[in-house]
Amino acid sequence: MSIELIIGILNIVLISTTPLVFAGIGELVTEKSGVLNLGLEGLMLVGAVTGFITLVLTGNYFYSLFLSIISGVILSGIFAFLVLNLMTNQIATGLALTIFGIGLSAMLGKKFAGTPIDGLNPYYFIVISFLLVFSVGYFLSKTKSGLIVRAVGENHNSAYALGYNVIKTRYLTIIFGGVMSSLAGYYISICYAPMWQEGMTAGRGWIALALVVFATWKPWRLLVGAYIFGGVAIMQMNLQAVGVKLPGQFFNMMPYLATIIVLVFISSNKLRLKLSAPSSLNIPFEKNQ
Amino acid sequence: MVYLIRVQLREDYSNLIFYLSPLVAVALTLFFGSFIFLILDLSPIESFKIFFISPISNSYGISELFVKATPLAIIALGLSYCFKNNIYNIGAEGQLTMGAIFGGGIGLLFNDSTSVFLLPLMILFGSIGGAFWATIPAILKIKFNTNEILTSLMLTYVSLFILDYFVVGPWKDPAGYGLPKSMPFPDAGRLPVLFDGLRVHIGVYFAIIICFVTYIVYNKTLFGFKLKVSGLSSKASQYAGFKYKNLIFYTFIISGACAGLAGLFEVSGPIGLLYRDISPNYGFTAIIVAFLGRLNPIGIVLSSLLIALTYLGAEDAQLFLKIPSAVGFVFQGLVLFFLLGTDFLNKYRVFIK
Repeated sequence: MSIELIIGILNIVLISTTPLVFAGIGELVTEKSGVLNLGLEGLMLVGAVTGFITLVLTGNYFYSLFLSIISGVILSGIFAFLVLNLMTNQIATGLALTIFGIGLSAMLGKKFAGTPIDGLNPYYFIVISFLLVFSVGYFLSKTKSGLIVRAVGENHNSAYALGYNVIKTRYLTIIFGGVMSSLAGYYISICYAPMWQEGMTAGRGWIALALVVFATWKPWRLLVGAYIFGGVAIMQMNLQAVGVKLPGQFFNMMPYLATIIVLVFISSNKLRLKLSAPSSLNIPFEKNQ
Repeated sequence: MVYLIRVQLREDYSNLIFYLSPLVAVALTLFFGSFIFLILDLSPIESFKIFFISPISNSYGISELFVKATPLAIIALGLSYCFKNNIYNIGAEGQLTMGAIFGGGIGLLFNDSTSVFLLPLMILFGSIGGAFWATIPAILKIKFNTNEILTSLMLTYVSLFILDYFVVGPWKDPAGYGLPKSMPFPDAGRLPVLFDGLRVHIGVYFAIIICFVTYIVYNKTLFGFKLKVSGLSSKASQYAGFKYKNLIFYTFIISGACAGLAGLFEVSGPIGLLYRDISPNYGFTAIIVAFLGRLNPIGIVLSSLLIALTYLGAEDAQLFLKIPSAVGFVFQGLVLFFLLGTDFLNKYRVFIK
C-alpha cells in the first residue's frame, strides 16, 4: 500500500464520517438530559431536503443552511412538545418522527431529485464537527449549565427539587439534537453527495444512535467511535477491491454488533455508574407526582 | 396570569375517551392531510377519494387490503404482549426478516419437494426463526438488564445484512441473471390463495385465530392477568410473586414468533422467493398499529386495516396524483403523533382559565 492510497482512504473516511459526528453529538446531549430521540433519521432527511430545495430555489448557501436548521428546530420542537408536555412514550414518538420525516422529505424533494447543484467544500464542516465535539465535551464537564443537563438526565426529580427547570432544559437539549441532525442531513445533501435522492441518509441516523451508546455518552469517545464506524465501512469497500474474501455484510453489521456488546457491558449497575450512563433515560418526567 | 390552560391528573378513568381518542387522531390526521394536498396543489376531496376510497372499490383492491393488513395485524398482535408488559420490543422488522430466512431457507433446501408437509415445516421454522431472534434481547434483558429497545433495534439491522448476505451469496439463483434474489420456492412451499386470481392468502385465517386466542388470553387466563398487573406496576406483580423474568421471556418469544410467521407468510405468499426488500417496513409500522389499536386484539385488527389502506392509497396516489408513495409514511407518522398526543386526554383533565 502506497502512502497516497492511505492518505486517499483517510480522506474518504474523514469526509464520509462527518454526518455521524454531527448527528451523534446532538443525540449525545439529548440523551445526557434523559431523553431518547429515535427520530434522527427523519430529522436528517428533512434537514437535507430543506437545505437542498432552498439552495436550488435561491442559490444562497446562507439561506439554505438557515432553513435547514429551522426545519430541525420545528420538528424537534414538535417532538419535545409531545414527550415533555404531553408526556408521550419517547420510543413511539421518535419512531413517528422518523416515519413522518422519511415521508415528508420524499414528498417535498420529488421535483428536485437529480437537480445538479454546486456543492460546498466539506472541510469547513469537518473542522466545525471537531470544534463542536470539543465544545460539547467542555460544556458538559466544565460548565454549570452542563452540570444541570447531566443532573436532569441523572435524576429529574432531584434536579426539580433543587429548583432546576427540567422541562426547559430538555427542550433545549432536544432542539440542540434536532439542529445537529439537520446539519448532518445538510452536509449529506449539500457537501457530501451533493444532490438530493429519496432516503439518501441510508440509515446513518440509526448508526449515529448506536454510536452514542457505543461511546458510552462521552464526546471524545464518540469522535473516535464515529471514525471507527466510518472507517470500517470504507475498509470494507477497499478490502473487496483488493480481493479479500470476507462478505461485505459482515463488516456492515459490525457497528451494530459492537453496540450490542457495549450495551451488555454497561448494563450492570456498577459499570453504569462508572461509565456515566444517564439513569433517567427514557423515563418521562411528571411534575404532578 | 401565566398559564391559560391548566391540567389536572384524572382520578376517574374514562373508557369512552380511551376508545374514542384513536378516532379523534384519525380525524385530525385527515384534517392536516388535506393541508398537505392543498400545498401540493391538489384538490383534497379528489385526493382523499384516490387515497382512501378508490383503492378498495373493487375485489382486487379489497384482496390487496387484506394482503397488507395480514402481516401488520399478526405482528402487532404479537407486539401487544410485549407492550402490555411495558417491554419495548421494537425489533419486529428483524424478527420478521429472520422468520423469512429460516422458513424460506427450508423452502430452498427442499426446492424439489412436492410434499404437503413442506409448507407446515416452513411455517414452523419461520416462527422459530422470529422467536430465536427475539430471545437474544430477551436473554440480555433478563441476565444483564440490557436495554431491550436498543438491542432489538440493532439486531434488526444485523438481520437485514444476514438476509443480504444469503441472497447475494449462497442462496443466489444461478439462473437469476446475477440479480440478488433466490430461486422461487416450489409450489408445495407456496401459501394457498383464498380466491383464484387474487393475492389474498390463508394468512388471513392465522390473523383471525391469533386475534381470537389473544382475546381469550388477555381476558380469561392467568397469564393475561399477570401481564396486565405487571404492565401497570412491575413492583405490584413482583409482590404478588409473579416471575417477572419469565413474563419478559414469554412475551418476547410470542412477539418474535408472530413477526417470524408474518415474514414467512410474506415470502411464501405474495413474493414467492427471498430477496432484499421483503418488507415495506411492516415491522416498524406494526408498532403504530399496536398503539392505534390500544393493545386490544380487536382494535389491532381494525387499525391494521386502516394502516394497510395508507399503503394502498399511497401506491394509487403515486400512480394517479404523481406524488411519491412515501406520502403514506406522512399519514402514518401523523396518525401516530396525534394518537400519542390525544392520549394525554386519557390521563389528564384539561381546562381553560
